[in-house]
Amino acid sequence: MRKPRWSEALLSIPSFGWLVVFFAIPTVLVVALSFKPTDLTGSAGSGWTFDTWRSLANPVYPLIVWRTIWLSASCTVVCLLLSVPVAYWIARLDGKWRQRVLLLIILPFWTNFLIRIFAWRTLLHPDGYLKSICVALGWAEPNDQLLYNNGAILLVLVYTYLPFAILPLYAAAEKFDFSLLDAARDLGATKLRAFRSIFLPGIRTGLLTAFLIVFIPALGSYAIPSIVGGPSSEMIGNKIAQRATTDRNLPHAAALGTLLTITIFVPLGIVALLRRRDRLAAAARPSLPGTLIP
Amino acid sequence: MGAFIELQNITKTFGSAMVVSNVSLELKQGEVFSLLGPSGSGKTTLLRLLAGFLTPDGGRILIDGQDVTAVPPNLRPVNTVFQNYALFPHLTVRENIGFGLSVAQRAPSEIVTEVDHMLDLTQLHDHATKKPSQISGGQRQRVAIARALINKPQLLLLDEPLAALDLKLRQRMLIELNKIHEEVGTTFLYVTHDQGEAMSLGDRVAVMNHGRFEQIGTPNEVYEHPQSRFVAEFVGDTNLIAATVIPVDDAGNHGLRTDQVGAVEYDLGQQRHPGDVLLTQKTRDIPTGATATLSVRPERIAIRRDPPPIAHEQNTIHGIVEDVVYLGSRTHYRVRVNDRLIEVWKQHRRFLPDYAPISWNEKVWLSWFSNDGYLIVEPTSPA
Repeated sequence: MRKPRWSEALLSIPSFGWLVVFFAIPTVLVVALSFKPTDLTGSAGSGWTFDTWRSLANPVYPLIVWRTIWLSASCTVVCLLLSVPVAYWIARLDGKWRQRVLLLIILPFWTNFLIRIFAWRTLLHPDGYLKSICVALGWAEPNDQLLYNNGAILLVLVYTYLPFAILPLYAAAEKFDFSLLDAARDLGATKLRAFRSIFLPGIRTGLLTAFLIVFIPALGSYAIPSIVGGPSSEMIGNKIAQRATTDRNLPHAAALGTLLTITIFVPLGIVALLRRRDRLAAAARPSLPGTLIP
Repeated sequence: MGAFIELQNITKTFGSAMVVSNVSLELKQGEVFSLLGPSGSGKTTLLRLLAGFLTPDGGRILIDGQDVTAVPPNLRPVNTVFQNYALFPHLTVRENIGFGLSVAQRAPSEIVTEVDHMLDLTQLHDHATKKPSQISGGQRQRVAIARALINKPQLLLLDEPLAALDLKLRQRMLIELNKIHEEVGTTFLYVTHDQGEAMSLGDRVAVMNHGRFEQIGTPNEVYEHPQSRFVAEFVGDTNLIAATVIPVDDAGNHGLRTDQVGAVEYDLGQQRHPGDVLLTQKTRDIPTGATATLSVRPERIAIRRDPPPIAHEQNTIHGIVEDVVYLGSRTHYRVRVNDRLIEVWKQHRRFLPDYAPISWNEKVWLSWFSNDGYLIVEPTSPA
């Protein structure tokens, strides 16, 4: 590979500086803050302590972390399941229709995010349209609560993050050579088998990107659970906000924030591992005289 | 041996366009059949109909007596070598070749044996663990063939398989394809727009145009006895001269009256007959007065600076050299005769140091014998 020239490195200084000042330093400060004792006003006192971290052992926190992870994971799984067929379909459309459908997918972004979540609150409200329709169709009892629970959060999470899953998957599907599916069919594969064995591996990078782009923001959700969720369906984001504002305990908020950051390393680690395996496999293959077929 | 693969009156339309119209074809078991046609002639559609990706609007497809017209591609005993190879990029060469067998859920040990056999056949053993992106075009080509053959299809479709390769490699692959065919004996249907490939590989050739077969025959028949002007022009190069059939004083020849090539002469016995009549050998009965087209291949025409000596059944015309293209083994001349250009190829058999080659603007005499031309009679042949 070519050695990068010294002058080319200069180009990255602005963005590098930006990241240091507004990302790296604040992150370090937040982590540091979590090891500070609390003073009377809820700000950081003097000295260092592990007390805040010890207090996270309180059963309420593991519960919230666990809920945050499984809600985000469910949201990611549902989004991927829904968007893979959509991406396939869009990639198969002819150019004119493809543009129109893509426009429809990004259309919701023209409305403010918060307004869209409040719209869901109206829809799911005990007197809302969606509730009335569900009751009329016999899918819900008049006394069922559609709002302020985990289900409502999951629904709105999926609604919010679905376009973010569709777009990278579409980008991957668009580059996919669909004649490969013909080849698989020709060799005896059913449509389903061709889809599973050829299409899904073919859009693998898109799947990994969609996974990250949905899972990570979902983990940090704050607005959605605080608007459509209830007191028994809090996520880490809500707890951080509560500690930082209502309860006024900054070290505690910092500790929870650090915990969220650590949680985010889980999906990142998974993807990094998968990518590394791909690279190693690609690098190892030519030298292997093996005769193995999986 | 009778027909092994039969297409009966196949028709396919896309919207209002009839892409394949009423095509019938019979292939013998083990033969290599070339389907030759320009792009848009319907040959790829026909291939997709045979593979099962398309269903005909009318007609039937039989393989070994079984009607497969409605059988989906994954259940047909037909495999395809795709034009762009369509190798699975995330699988190794070995996995690509074994794909058909693993889909069929064959035992792993069996798959290894079969794939090894295919790797032997296509000499790909050294590349078995590589991905398609790590091997050359010719090797990918061989992987595609091995992958299609491992299912032991009753018919192998090859869709312009050499189009992406350079000339030398194409010539090598043609020989290799022939070898592979000898080894496996599968019926091959080879689709191409390259007449050289079609002729060198095929036991028989079908020339397709506008969704129909213009002619089906051995390469020699198609080249020497084209049934239409299209076939004559598409398969090889030729000069077409429109004429009217008239009788001459010789039982073995037709006379052809034409005004297209200026003053002409024909020789019968030791007699030269100047005028507007050419000779062509009488291979079949053509009624006097019929309009016909004489096809004379450029390599059959002799080019000289002087009028040729009288020779029995010889035709002579003359013109001015307009274009000279030297190709080493031969020179291509385009000679202006009357208002049109006649293509003539002069083969360089021996190197003669004192020979001054014929050049631009020289007056030349062109001659050929009556059996060097072939008379095409079409229902719609223009006068």
